[in-house]
Parts: sequence; C-alpha cells; structure tokens
Amino acid sequence: MIYWPVRSRGDKGVLVQCLRDPRAVLSLGPSGWDLLIRQGRRANLLGKLAVLLSDSGLMALLPASPKAHLLSALKMAERQNSAIHWEVSRISEALRSIGVDIILLKGAAYVLAGLPSSRGRTFSDVDILVRKSEIVDVESALMIHGWQGSHHDEYDQRYYREWMHEIPPMLHVRRGTTIDVHHTILPETARIQVDTQALLDHPLPVEGFHNVFVLKPIDMVLHSATHLFHEGELDNGLRDLADLDSMLRHFGAEHSFWLGLIPRARELGLHRPLYYALVFSMRIFNTPCPKSIVAELKAISPPWLVRWLMDACYTRALRPNHASTHTRGAWLARKALYIRSHWIKMPMPLLVWHLLHKAIKTPSKESEFNTQNRKIDAQ
Amino acid sequence: MSPFVVRVRSDISELAEDIGRMYQDFPVLSPNSFADFHVEVSYERGIRRWVRPLARFYFDGRPSFIPLPVHQAFPMLEWGINWCVAAHSHSFLIVHAAVIERQGMAVVMPAPPGSGKSTLCAALINRGWRLLSDELALYDSKNKQLYGMARPVSLKNQSIPVIQAHTPAAEITLPVPDTTKGTVALLRPPSESVQQVKTPARPTWIVLPRYQADAEASLESLNKGKAFMLIAEQSFNYNVHGREGFEAVGDLVDSCECFEFTYSRLSDAERVFDDLLASQIKG
Repeated sequence: MIYWPVRSRGDKGVLVQCLRDPRAVLSLGPSGWDLLIRQGRRANLLGKLAVLLSDSGLMALLPASPKAHLLSALKMAERQNSAIHWEVSRISEALRSIGVDIILLKGAAYVLAGLPSSRGRTFSDVDILVRKSEIVDVESALMIHGWQGSHHDEYDQRYYREWMHEIPPMLHVRRGTTIDVHHTILPETARIQVDTQALLDHPLPVEGFHNVFVLKPIDMVLHSATHLFHEGELDNGLRDLADLDSMLRHFGAEHSFWLGLIPRARELGLHRPLYYALVFSMRIFNTPCPKSIVAELKAISPPWLVRWLMDACYTRALRPNHASTHTRGAWLARKALYIRSHWIKMPMPLLVWHLLHKAIKTPSKESEFNTQNRKIDAQ
Repeated sequence: MSPFVVRVRSDISELAEDIGRMYQDFPVLSPNSFADFHVEVSYERGIRRWVRPLARFYFDGRPSFIPLPVHQAFPMLEWGINWCVAAHSHSFLIVHAAVIERQGMAVVMPAPPGSGKSTLCAALINRGWRLLSDELALYDSKNKQLYGMARPVSLKNQSIPVIQAHTPAAEITLPVPDTTKGTVALLRPPSESVQQVKTPARPTWIVLPRYQADAEASLESLNKGKAFMLIAEQSFNYNVHGREGFEAVGDLVDSCECFEFTYSRLSDAERVFDDLLASQIKG
C-alpha cells in the first residue's frame, strides 16, 4: 500500500527528490531546474533547499540563474529570522508589565530555540500560546503596544473567539507584522480534546528572556504534527512536514526522545496526528526512525479504511501546490482534506452553519483585493 | 531580458503583437530553457469575456492583482514582471530608479513618480545614452556594478506626446487610457541597448530629476546623506539585505557624484548630461 509517487510520476516530484538527496540537483538539465525552482518557491521550501545545498558543498557547482534564486530565498529567510528575534523581543516587552508568560509555537519557536528547522525558513506571523484566563489581558496589552485586531465582522469575531482556539490575528500598525494568540492548540469544538494545561506545564525558557518559552521537544513535535494534520489548507503542508522531518532528526539524536514520544502522545490524546506525522515524514523525507517506534505504529494507527483514505489524500496534498502536481486526484484530495479539517474541528450542526455562512456571504471587492495583496506580500 | 528570462503565456492576441513589437530585439529561447519567471496574462472567464473583457496577471499559475480591462494587458504584464523581479531577486539591491549609461559610466535617477525620470530617460536613450532600465536599478554589491534589463520604457500622460515630438522615429505602443497611472504607453528600447544588455555599468552619478514647468535647467550638488536616504527610500529590498544593504547603499552613493536636476526642456537636459560626461572624462 505504501508507495511514494516520485517513482511513478517522474519529474513531478523533483523538489522532494532534491530535498531527500541534494546531490540529485547535479543531474538536472535546464527544464529540471526550472521546475525545481518553481516548485520550491510555491512550497516555500526554496530557502530550505538552499541550506541543504550549501551544507552539502554543492552551491558552487550550480548554474548561475537557479543559484541566484536559491541565494535570494536564503537571504530573505535570514532576514526574516532576525526579524522574528526582534518581533519576539517586542512581544516580550509588551507583555512584561502584565507579568504573563508566553509559549512560542511553530516557526518563531524554531528560530528562538535555534533549531535546524528554522534555517532557510520564511514566516508569515508569530504564533503564541497563553493561558485562556490571561487572553483578555494579553490582547489589551498588545493593543497598547501597537497591535490591532483584525476581522471586525461580528460573525468572524464569534468564529475565532468562541469556536476556534485563538483570537483574530493582530496586526502591528507600524511594522505590519502579525501575531496569532492561541489559548489551546486545537479549537474548543474539536473532536480531539487536548489537555492544554499539560502542555503549558514546564515549558523550556528561551535564553535572554524571562517570559518567553518554547515547548519541550516531544511536545513541540506533537504540536506541529497536530497542527499539520488538522489544517485544511495545505499550501504549506510539505514545508510543515519538512519541519517535522528536521525536528525528528534533530531531537531523535537523543534516545530518550523516542522513548517518551508515543507515551506522551497517548497522554495528551495526540497519538493519531503523531501517527500521520511519522508515517508521512518517513515516506516522503526518508526520516530515520527506530525499529521499536515503527513496530509500535500499528498500535496508534487508525482503522484500515481511514488509513487508506488519509493515505490517498495526503500523498496527493503533501506536495507543492503547483500546476506541475495538479491532477484531478490532487484537487479532490485537497478539497476532501479541507472539508475534513472543518469536520474534525466542529460538531456537525456548527459545521453546516459555518459553511452555509461562508457560502452565502460573498466577500466584498475590497476584502478580496486585500487578500490578493497579502498573498503577494507573503510570497 | 538578461539577467532574467521570462516565459509568458497568454490567450490575448493583441498582447502577442505588442510583445512582438516591443521586444523584437530580444532573443527567443527554446521552451526547454530555464525561465526565472513564468507569467501569464489571460482573459477572465465567464460572461465578462464577451461584455467588457477583463484580463488578469498570473505569476506561475497564482492569480495576482485585480483584473483590469483587457486593453491594459501589456502595461499589466510590464508591472507584473517588475513585481516578479523586485520580489524575488535579492541577489541585487533593487532601487526604483532609471539607469542610463555612456562609456561604461551610469547615471542613476531615483525618483518618486511624477518627477519625470521616465521622460528624461526616454529622451536621453534616443540621444546617445544606453538604456539599462527606466524603473529598476539592479546593483550588485559584490562587483559594485549596475545591471539593467533594457525593457520598454513606460511613458505616462504628457510625456507621451513630448517624446513623440522629441523623437519622431521612436516606436511607441498605442496609448492605454484610464490606468491607475493615467494614460500609459510603452517605448521600444533602442536595439543597441538590447544588444548590450549583458554589459553592466559603473555607477558614476546619482541625479534626482525634477520637472518644473518653464524652469531654467539647474544642476545643484546633492548632499551625500540626502542621496543615501533617497536611495534607501526608493529601494525595494534594502531591508531584506540588513547590514549588507546599508553598506551597499553606502558604496553606491560613495562611488557617485550626486546632483539635483531641475529642468523643463529636454534639450537642456541633453546638454547638461553631456557636460557631466565630459567633465568626468577630463577629470
């Protein structure tokens, strides 16, 4: 059942091939390079590829034009890395007066924890986790320091605050940076109920700050896995899986990481996302994984029908969302995962209500234009 | 358009004609070559296709910008390509400026819109100067050279008849009215500029042009600090480069004589620029 489409679909998986083995670039002709750069750019993995190529000492051997794009992506990523440091220091400062501790999630956490997954990575926002009881104070402290709420529409407010696990993203008026404030890692309405309190206990302090923390390695992996396999829009799916691969390799050097991983996942109720993360990371990125863990996977796997469906969807959706990988199957897989993401985040009546609302409400021209612009900026 | 290759797809036949005319001196590469940017300008589907057709720009399949009336397809393609270059080519410090060259020495004209830099640029490239760019100065901080693309010059509003009168032989597209920048027309780059597009130029002067009706031409020295701020302000990716960007702008300004140039007549401009060149050669 397990196969990876690179073999059967030839050139279409060129990005994954090169991420798995950077030496693969040496056999690329001009059209191969053309596709690699386009897929890498679309998947937001060009910077990561540049890091791998430069670590393997291959940069000097590359043709000039694609190399310029790789170096350009790397430069952008380096810049964003230092910008994230600055942004976190501003957030830390803003929350100092109210004495709230924050936990950084995802990209910002990788950067501040100095993890290899931060190298070459680009960001669109900073995600932080705070206790639910503190969220009102956090929001007003951030507002005093220049962040403004978005999504003023009443429905959207309710959607975020009541049903989802965050307040609407806040935008800094001068810097234009975005912060997402979460109080749990999954929506309150989600099928899986996560013991957020357990995650908040004993996080690791970030050097140089007294109120900024990151999750412990195992929890960080579990959070990233949960996030990826609950996400409905997988534009950055392959990038997020690459993050997981990188973390598993990095943390996995310590044997204790593997020993604690599955028990902790069970404790938090996050064994299913962990299952998917391990299976797809191994399959797509060849992530090394101890035999004992592979043997235990069966015990945390979903029933065969679900497994088969998820397999069919994710093998198609965890690819660069680029024309070269667009097949009817991939389109269907993305749609199916989009619906699934809502399905597992909300009970049925709420889901129907939400989708109806989204379908009936046509976005105004203004907001469509802004979304377009934001997309352009994000690139 | 060295240093870049762009692959364009479109179902708008008028656009193909415009591209054919404006880019006639550029090489056409095989479909198997590496392209830096894959772009598309195509009709919007649906009923609008037949009523008042709109066209949209796509960057590698991803729709960008709002759709515009189809007669604006060519300017939209040009703006789209500018955006592609400015957003993805951080191996250069990219400055919103026109660049022209003579005898290996380049004039950089950074300027906010309305200062007449495109008009000045269009006039001078028809009088012995070589066109590098009318919009994007590409500065390589390693070899301290300026690169250009020799793409069509974008003329706006009054500058269209001005250039037509100045250089009757110039090939200019039909004016496109009602764009966000007013009426726009594109001027075909001189063949010699296109042939030499791969040759970089040494930054020698920074000139801040200012068109002022009926003014006598005046070339005033511009303080280097002001020039620095101007270049940094007009740079698309100065902040992406961090400290290196700061140093690159510093190097660029250091290697140049900086001026503020007020003018109303293109003939004055030609004379002043020729004098600049002469003084540099003598000096």
